[in-house]
Amino acid sequence: MTALQKKDVNPVAHLTPQDIESLGKELDAVRQSVLDTRGARDAKYIRTMIDVQRKTELASRALLLFSRWKPAFVVGTVGLTVSKILENMEIGHNVMHGQWDWMRDPKIHSTTYEWDNASPASLWKHSHNELHHTFTNVLGRDNDLGYGIMRVDEDQPWVPFYLGQPAWNFINACFFEYGIAAYDLELGKYFKGRKDKARFKADGKKVLNKIGQQMTKDYVMHPALAALTGSWKQTLFANYLANLGRNLWTHSVIMCGHFPEGVETFTKTSIAGESRGDWYLRQMLGSANIKGSKAMHIATGNLSYQIEHHLFPDLPSNRYQEIAPQIEDICRRYGLPYVTGSLPHQVGSAWLKVIRLSLPNHLAKKLKFSRGRKPVQPTALPSRTAPQTAAA
Amino acid sequence: MRDDERVTTDAPAPSSVWRARAFRLAKALTTPLLPEDYVDLFDPLRSPTHLRGRVRELVAETDDARTVVIQPGRGWAGHVPGQYLRIGVDIDGVRMWRAYSITSGPRDDGMVAITVKAITGGAVSTHLVESLHVGQLVQMEQADGEFVLPKVLPEKILLLTGGSGITPVMGILRHAIDQLDDVVLLHSAPRPEDVIFADELRELDDQGRIRLVERHTDTHGMLDTDELERLVPDWRERETWACGPAGMLEMIEKHWAATGTPHLLHTERFRPVTVEPGKGGTVYFTGLERELECDGARPILDQGEEAGILMPSGCRMGICYGCVLPMREGTVRDLRNGEITTAQPGDGVLIQTCINAAAGRCDLDL
Repeated sequence: MTALQKKDVNPVAHLTPQDIESLGKELDAVRQSVLDTRGARDAKYIRTMIDVQRKTELASRALLLFSRWKPAFVVGTVGLTVSKILENMEIGHNVMHGQWDWMRDPKIHSTTYEWDNASPASLWKHSHNELHHTFTNVLGRDNDLGYGIMRVDEDQPWVPFYLGQPAWNFINACFFEYGIAAYDLELGKYFKGRKDKARFKADGKKVLNKIGQQMTKDYVMHPALAALTGSWKQTLFANYLANLGRNLWTHSVIMCGHFPEGVETFTKTSIAGESRGDWYLRQMLGSANIKGSKAMHIATGNLSYQIEHHLFPDLPSNRYQEIAPQIEDICRRYGLPYVTGSLPHQVGSAWLKVIRLSLPNHLAKKLKFSRGRKPVQPTALPSRTAPQTAAA
Repeated sequence: MRDDERVTTDAPAPSSVWRARAFRLAKALTTPLLPEDYVDLFDPLRSPTHLRGRVRELVAETDDARTVVIQPGRGWAGHVPGQYLRIGVDIDGVRMWRAYSITSGPRDDGMVAITVKAITGGAVSTHLVESLHVGQLVQMEQADGEFVLPKVLPEKILLLTGGSGITPVMGILRHAIDQLDDVVLLHSAPRPEDVIFADELRELDDQGRIRLVERHTDTHGMLDTDELERLVPDWRERETWACGPAGMLEMIEKHWAATGTPHLLHTERFRPVTVEPGKGGTVYFTGLERELECDGARPILDQGEEAGILMPSGCRMGICYGCVLPMREGTVRDLRNGEITTAQPGDGVLIQTCINAAAGRCDLDL
């Protein structure tokens, strides 16, 4: 792992191939324990979630029909924002991951689900499930890292364009769903002439179609319905606020997943010949969790358990919090960082990194930004403890 | 399927231009979901695209068989007596489908009934007999099957049944008994108390409306041709409907073929599924109409691609679901944990080809 070895502290130097292999086996066992007990309780969880989300949406939309009246406007807007967040995070993202495919319900299946977002499900599944989850935090392979517009690692050469990246990042947050659609379309790749033209045209049509339908719903149909009560302006504004609120929220959550200090990035060459254990290791080092209340976990689609999600992207999201103590214990024993923190702390940490990397390395060093990475001492490495247990 | 003869319970409302326009408007309000996804929250039986039913009554028939009375959803197109319906229930959170013969007679309330016998090791039949409760929602498909009476009824009929093979025959008798003059029912079950619908059948016999010949295999042994000859000497003159275990049907088919009257025989079989994990098998790509021999040690995706088949693919490690294909029928084995996934004919179970190996013959939609 060459990208790691360049760092001032190499977080995996103490692991032998035997350790990495046994790490892989332990994590496989955790995965299997969830599969063995997956059943009616989990099915009930996602069905209840869908029921709550849709009823919240219906009630909020109904309230907004009377949004001339201020309390209706406020409650309706908050309700719609919450329902949109639930739909994208705990339902859409996780269903499209195939977390619920085992139920064989065609309405809750990765191949049929379409989410309330500008990016069409088919494109998102390719860029997210295949590229981002397979090549997590690999510079140049994982578009989620900086979305192609930001510098996310000291190893990336600095150019003056990056001075503006705190601003780019904020603008991206406000229009996040369109940002996702744009990079699912691989816009950057197309302009560099590295994407097939016919394919781009077909994909572009899909995206425009989807955006058209989404815009018509939120900014034409529902306001038109509310015009009957003279509430069209308020409804239009409420829909805009709900979409903006969801954009800012999802952007923050996703920044917290891979950006906070302490999260590692990798080079293209470092992942050649990766074993299952190596792959797990990269997922653990490349992700960060968020601590918080149950409501916060649900609102993030359990992406607050980003480490668990990246290790096992197809396990039902309600199970991540249950296996989290096991994963944290594994990290402790193997001397690996388990990066986590409160939502404000993680968001702040990610923003600080964006700001730090907007400056060239020598300047950032002078400003003494804290890197926040402390070496972790392993408590029970197999390569060190195994001979002892054998003797005992 | 014979639509002209369906016992229709509720005619679908005629669609009009206005309805189509209203639907388009409603869809523009609910996109990317459909209006029915919201209606489903309150009344899942109204769905025009996903047929569902609600369990209204459960009747114990024998120790291990019971009748499930179902109120079908709005889209139900009725059935022809003798047909089966496919029913889907969620067992441990997993939707599983099986076909059961419709046993109900004419009803004013539009409900249909199936009768299920619990099979040892049969997940769905055991669930339906032991765990189903009144008020539960079930998934359904329209009735189907060719095991039905012709338009012009034959004068003399032989019904040859074994075990739960009585179920489609009961559905036929309850509808058509008044139009049939000469019916012999030769039914085999292990013991007298195992005979499903025993009281009703014996009463029909007492009234002289059918001739019931009841055999009990625990004491009489399996039915053979000599015994058939003795019990129903005029069987050659009778148009025959037979339903029961595979062994019995094979015997009957051979016998009818040997005597030159197979055109008078109609059979219905409940197909068993055999699993051979680890051995591999033939994968048939239905759209390409192409067969491929696959070993049981490597993913179907790899072997398909080696053979030059263009297959959807993604991460190749079982996480992205970019490679999923519907399996119409057959068995595959998850290479990661040896888990077996089986699809009954028509199931369309979606499987990841990158981590599943063939475990017997399987039909994939591609």
